[in-house]
Amino acid sequence: MTVEEAAETPEALEREVARARRRGIVRFFGRLAAHRSFRVGFALFFLIVLTAVFADLIAPYEPNKNNYRSLLAPPSMKHWFGTDGYGRDILSRVIHGTRISLGIGISVVVMTGVFGVFLGMLAGYVRWLDNLLMRVMDGLMAFPGVLLAIALAAALGPSALNAVIALTVTFTPRTARIVRSSVLVIRALPYVEAAVAVGAGHGRIIFRYILVNALSPLIVQLTFVFAVSILAEAILSFLGVGPPPPAPSLGNIIAEGRTYLQEAGWIAFFPGIAIAAAVLGLNLMGDGLRDVTDPQLRQGREAG
Amino acid sequence: MISFLVRRLLSAIPVLIVVSLVSFIIIAIVPGDVTAELAGSDSTEAQRAEIRERLGLDRPMIEQAVRWYGRLLSGDLGQSYLLNMSVTDAVLERLPVTLSLAGIALVLAIVLGVLLGIVSAIRHDSWLDQGSMSLALFGLSVPDFWFALILISVFSVGLGWFPTGGYVPLSESLFGWARSMTLPALALAITQMGVVARMTRSSMLEVMSQDYIRTARAKGMRSHTIIFKHALRNALVPIVTVVGVMTGVLLGGAVVIEQVFSLPGVGRLIIGAIQRRDYPIIQGGLLITAATFVFVNILVDLAYGWLDPRVRDDR
Repeated sequence: MTVEEAAETPEALEREVARARRRGIVRFFGRLAAHRSFRVGFALFFLIVLTAVFADLIAPYEPNKNNYRSLLAPPSMKHWFGTDGYGRDILSRVIHGTRISLGIGISVVVMTGVFGVFLGMLAGYVRWLDNLLMRVMDGLMAFPGVLLAIALAAALGPSALNAVIALTVTFTPRTARIVRSSVLVIRALPYVEAAVAVGAGHGRIIFRYILVNALSPLIVQLTFVFAVSILAEAILSFLGVGPPPPAPSLGNIIAEGRTYLQEAGWIAFFPGIAIAAAVLGLNLMGDGLRDVTDPQLRQGREAG
Repeated sequence: MISFLVRRLLSAIPVLIVVSLVSFIIIAIVPGDVTAELAGSDSTEAQRAEIRERLGLDRPMIEQAVRWYGRLLSGDLGQSYLLNMSVTDAVLERLPVTLSLAGIALVLAIVLGVLLGIVSAIRHDSWLDQGSMSLALFGLSVPDFWFALILISVFSVGLGWFPTGGYVPLSESLFGWARSMTLPALALAITQMGVVARMTRSSMLEVMSQDYIRTARAKGMRSHTIIFKHALRNALVPIVTVVGVMTGVLLGGAVVIEQVFSLPGVGRLIIGAIQRRDYPIIQGGLLITAATFVFVNILVDLAYGWLDPRVRDDR
């Protein structure tokens, strides 16, 4: 039965539309599951999520427990990743570090998503606000790289919460821009005009018709924001404006390892591998999502 | 072209207004009493009050802002709390180091990235393609400051080819300067190299599937000529568009890399100021770096408008 035939009764049409939507969703996940780099990225990232969630069970030692009988011990069967200058087990610290990294990363993603959607929708939908909002976003994007986040985190004081705030302020502008440009395209499409013509309210138009269709570029962008946040959190910690020591954030462990680079290189080495693995997983997932949602848009990544 | 330049310059004004506003606000949001940190923990209330008055921190926020803008417009960013020199001098003195570091990294990222991209595009779906793209993904995923530490432990501590840090000015010795900049620039370039490699590969693949390439092949042109004369030239256009964005990422990344290699650039100045709570330096460093980035972007746009006339007519 085609949509035209089904349109004879409203209930039948509704059913047909719902069925088509379900088919679309199934096909979407099918294509994702068939995408090789998405599968690899997902597996890698899922492993790290499990590590973070079950950190207490997996870690062989307490992450902050000093052990003065095995200072700077090289990797061995007892301490797979070696120990640091206080005799703390690096493997346990890295395992707990992934929890901090992912925790901060996911918080930044959620907050960037909320503010990005809100500001992007506002700019794209309320035309007179567009110019003002976008100039502010341009101004925030004029601070190169993570410099704004570093300065903000330094001003607010070193803590995990302030790192999240600083990174959200830094990554929201580009996300808002992406949402805004999707809104501008979608709101000019005939089906939105049709919805306006039959008297749909602003709320319905925004949520049912525009937001839903602006979702896929947003999700791709947020995957990359997640990856960049993990990198940026490590930078903040490394510079001493992230969650303060002895918190085993991956950047903190690297900063501590920097002092022992000559005699105990393993301290800085392993947390870097953990960061790279998480970011690689997210990048591969982002690539897959982008290929599946928009095959035309296969250019270099645009995050941060 | 002139009107394009004027429009581009005018559009930078609102950006600079926001930049200056953010730079001002950053100090205003510092919780607690800034003067307590400056005067030391054993300072008396009278000493703190004196510092507050000297720095104008006892005035209402609006008055501080007006004064700050007044001085800003005459090019005065205030006095460093600790360095005994003006913020403008301190930052401008260190800007060349940061700019040359970012500049070298930009060139490295483009050259290495384009090479990787070409190799994987012309050997599409081979192990060379896989290898190059894995290298690109590695670059994208690895934290650059960590990569810098790895480079130091391999090439400086292990092999002794390069210094572990420190800076030799170009005026002193060209060789020494090049040695002190190699590892920092390489570490900084790694991420953007990945970006460029992936972009080059995908745009090369796209260009190579175009009709005019097939025509060139059909008329018996050597594949060497096709790749470098026809395909690469068109494939590079998207790279030009992201040079501005890349410069920003590199300028920001330089902050951390300078810290790792003890290079006396703006980034190290700002981090040092953060540790010692020298707020005017943080404020001024932030402002001047952002302004530099805005200026670089204008230059990139002009170059692009010059290369492609459609850009300047379009807006």
